[in-house]
Amino acid sequence: MGNAFYLQNVLGGLAHGSLLFLIAAGFTLIFGLMRIINLAQTAFYLLGAYVGLSLGLHGVNFWVSGLAGGIVATVVGLAIYGIFLHRYHANPLTALLLSLGFALIIDDGSLAIWGGDPQSIAPPKVFAASIHFGNLVFPEYWLALVVVSTVIAAGLLLFQRRTKFGAIIRAAVDDEEMTRGLGINVNRAFYFVFALGAFLAGLGGYLGGPITSAYPGLDGELLPLAFAIVIIGGMGSLEGAFIASMLIGLVNTFGRALFPELSYFTIFLPVAIIMAIRPQGLFGRKT
Amino acid sequence: MSVAAVPDPRSSIEVCLQLSGVSKRFGNLHVLDDVALCVRHGERRGIIGPNGAGKTTLFNVIAGELAPTSGNVHLYGREITRLPPHARARLGLARTFQTTTLLPGLTVVENLVLSLQALTSTPFQCFVPRTHYRGFREEALRLLRQVQLDHCADWLVRALGHGEQRQVEILMALAQRPKLLLLDEPTAGLSAADAVLVTDMLRAYHRDVAMILIEHDLSVVFNVVERITVLHYGRVVAEESVESIHGNPVVQEIYLGGKL
Amino acid sequence: MTGRPWSNVAIIGALLLLAIAIPRLGLPAFYVSLLTQTWIYGILAMSLDLLVGFTGLVSFMQAAFFGIGAYVVAIAATRYHFTDFWLTLLIAILVAAVTAAAFAALALRAEDVGFIIITLALNEIIWGLAYQWVSMSGGDNGITGFLRVDVGPFHTTGNAGFYYLSLTALIVCLTLLTLIVRSPFGLVLVGARERPRRMAALGYNVWLFRYLALIVAAMFAAVAGVLFAYYNEFVGPGSLSLDTTVQILIMVILGGTGTLIGPLLGAGILVFLSNALSDITQRWVLILGAVYVVTVMYAPDGIVGLVKQLAARARSRHALAPAAGSMPSAALNPREGPER
Repeated sequence: MGNAFYLQNVLGGLAHGSLLFLIAAGFTLIFGLMRIINLAQTAFYLLGAYVGLSLGLHGVNFWVSGLAGGIVATVVGLAIYGIFLHRYHANPLTALLLSLGFALIIDDGSLAIWGGDPQSIAPPKVFAASIHFGNLVFPEYWLALVVVSTVIAAGLLLFQRRTKFGAIIRAAVDDEEMTRGLGINVNRAFYFVFALGAFLAGLGGYLGGPITSAYPGLDGELLPLAFAIVIIGGMGSLEGAFIASMLIGLVNTFGRALFPELSYFTIFLPVAIIMAIRPQGLFGRKT
Repeated sequence: MSVAAVPDPRSSIEVCLQLSGVSKRFGNLHVLDDVALCVRHGERRGIIGPNGAGKTTLFNVIAGELAPTSGNVHLYGREITRLPPHARARLGLARTFQTTTLLPGLTVVENLVLSLQALTSTPFQCFVPRTHYRGFREEALRLLRQVQLDHCADWLVRALGHGEQRQVEILMALAQRPKLLLLDEPTAGLSAADAVLVTDMLRAYHRDVAMILIEHDLSVVFNVVERITVLHYGRVVAEESVESIHGNPVVQEIYLGGKL
Repeated sequence: MTGRPWSNVAIIGALLLLAIAIPRLGLPAFYVSLLTQTWIYGILAMSLDLLVGFTGLVSFMQAAFFGIGAYVVAIAATRYHFTDFWLTLLIAILVAAVTAAAFAALALRAEDVGFIIITLALNEIIWGLAYQWVSMSGGDNGITGFLRVDVGPFHTTGNAGFYYLSLTALIVCLTLLTLIVRSPFGLVLVGARERPRRMAALGYNVWLFRYLALIVAAMFAAVAGVLFAYYNEFVGPGSLSLDTTVQILIMVILGGTGTLIGPLLGAGILVFLSNALSDITQRWVLILGAVYVVTVMYAPDGIVGLVKQLAARARSRHALAPAAGSMPSAALNPREGPER
């Protein structure tokens, strides 16, 4: 186990963390603003992966396919929010239970359309090669994914901090009633954030596809990781979600390499301990 | 400077509740500022003050739902500053909430039984049917008869009127056999007739229980209590007997000569 | 309880006789085994409803205790050649209770939504062990190579024998749970669900009662797990996966929270529908999802709630008195008043 081993796993972990962030960002934003835990978030990921896959098989450009995956997830997400979830604002538990139903429906619907076999997604041709660096071999695409995800994270943070709409969202997170009282249309922010969350997850599904591939049940496997991220990062904190995603990605990758029998344990035991010591998460604020 | 808890002429009577230097801050907001309060055994105390004076926060600090930022709270000489609400209840503290807080899906009698059982070991009985404990039910019915509510003993609480619910809540608090009862606006939102019901019920109760009353309706306060503490922006600005409070210039200024 | 006790006794007696007679009615063995599954999942779903419906704790870790029960059987039999039914059952219940004691302490640090997230994470710890600790749990392949054991009069190798064992276990668990929810302890759980602040002000240590409820529920889940392992003569990580959690949650909600018959009914519906529908269509999960969504939105008290509503409507044509309360459910309805 030389340096190459560590570097390889660091890169793999960051790449894994990058795709996790695309799921967790929406998860944490939606919760932060609306107190809704959207259990369909990873189903959006799966949906995005499959939609992109179908387009990619027809020769559509990788990034365009990814965007299309994101857009379809957005449309489905908006339908779910606009028709159903938005009614249950005052009752987060019902919203959570409902989102669970939609996760089942999306999961089984995808199975009906795309079948049960795992399908791999090829990385875009530009990044299809592997980089050789001494003993070290890793796909270029890993690097590309880390870069894309980091850029998106930075963009989201800038949006949240620097734009007027971002300010409205922050205000609504702090005090929804007061924000409403100022005559600001908070509902529009709700729709926007839910759509954004679904879009990021759908996009992430195809972008992460070369790493996770796509198969029924993938959403169920990713959901606990998304939960772990928001526990560590703190519910509603974007930068927390980013750091925690990378952390979980690294722990997961190293865990698999070092303790293949206990890698899951290595993620969730720290999560449980963090929960016990700081229920609001490492980066979360006490509410 | 805060007004000290002035020893009153009845100082030979045991102290029930003693607050010293109690402050509560939320961020930069001083909701309570160096509050001192001394309530004696069996005393009836009113706490008045304009909205936002910190009255409910004060109750929450006394009842244990909020920890004070500084200062301490004693109940019959025992420090309770850091005790959780249920432990304080076990030491003889009971309360009602600003908005009636009952168990709306349970029957009236079940609500009272919950209160009667609270300090016994019965709640840990998990294989004996509730119907086995007839004593609690009979005691609950006896309490309900006192306020002529026994006819709705088996109604769901949510089927009762506002005034009746408030009466049940006070009964529940009294069923705990407290030494100190905190009443947060017991007549708020009640019709004049219902308010009289509640006021009479409080006046009629025996003198072993100290009561602290937050109330907007000053006629209720004057009817029930003998001493009044005035809170203003989280500070105690006056403490007087009911007879002399009218003449207090600070109080007149706060209330702008309006209601007093 | 209220109502007409004698007709209730008659109904229960008739159902019981029917349940006892079923294996002798010449039904295909397939249906007997579906009913066996229903009894086992029924125990599990009722244990979850003690938390969701009665205590107001939506726990996502109940599958973990089910799985613990199952794995104790398999590991004891295959690794330690330990096959005594009663001792295995006792160990399974104890292991589940001890795990629950630790997990509940962590989970109860948070409330509401936070509680859900932590319990899900804790469930994943157990799942991760079952899935990845191959040398102990057999990993994804699970554990086979252990057999049903005869228990007292029940020759469990036969379909009917195992059916009666499960039915007996169900009746025992249902009786115990009924006693619990009708006991003073059960009343405190409902109180803690509806108005925790009020309960604390009365002197109840709400945390302690929730903690005890989590442990008690875990013990019942372990009983179901033990039966499940023997029934299949196989244990795999699927038994404690998120899928199982979701399934039993749907059983509870579909049947009706805050009741014990509801979850049993829900278990039956899921077991039978999954088999009946999967003969007709492959999309039964999709249909289930849709039914579930409709239930959550329009019948939050589940089937039992619907039936109660219809019965109340029929009764109200005769009298207009306020209904006397039995156990309220409505765990999923918005709380009344401004609590929390």
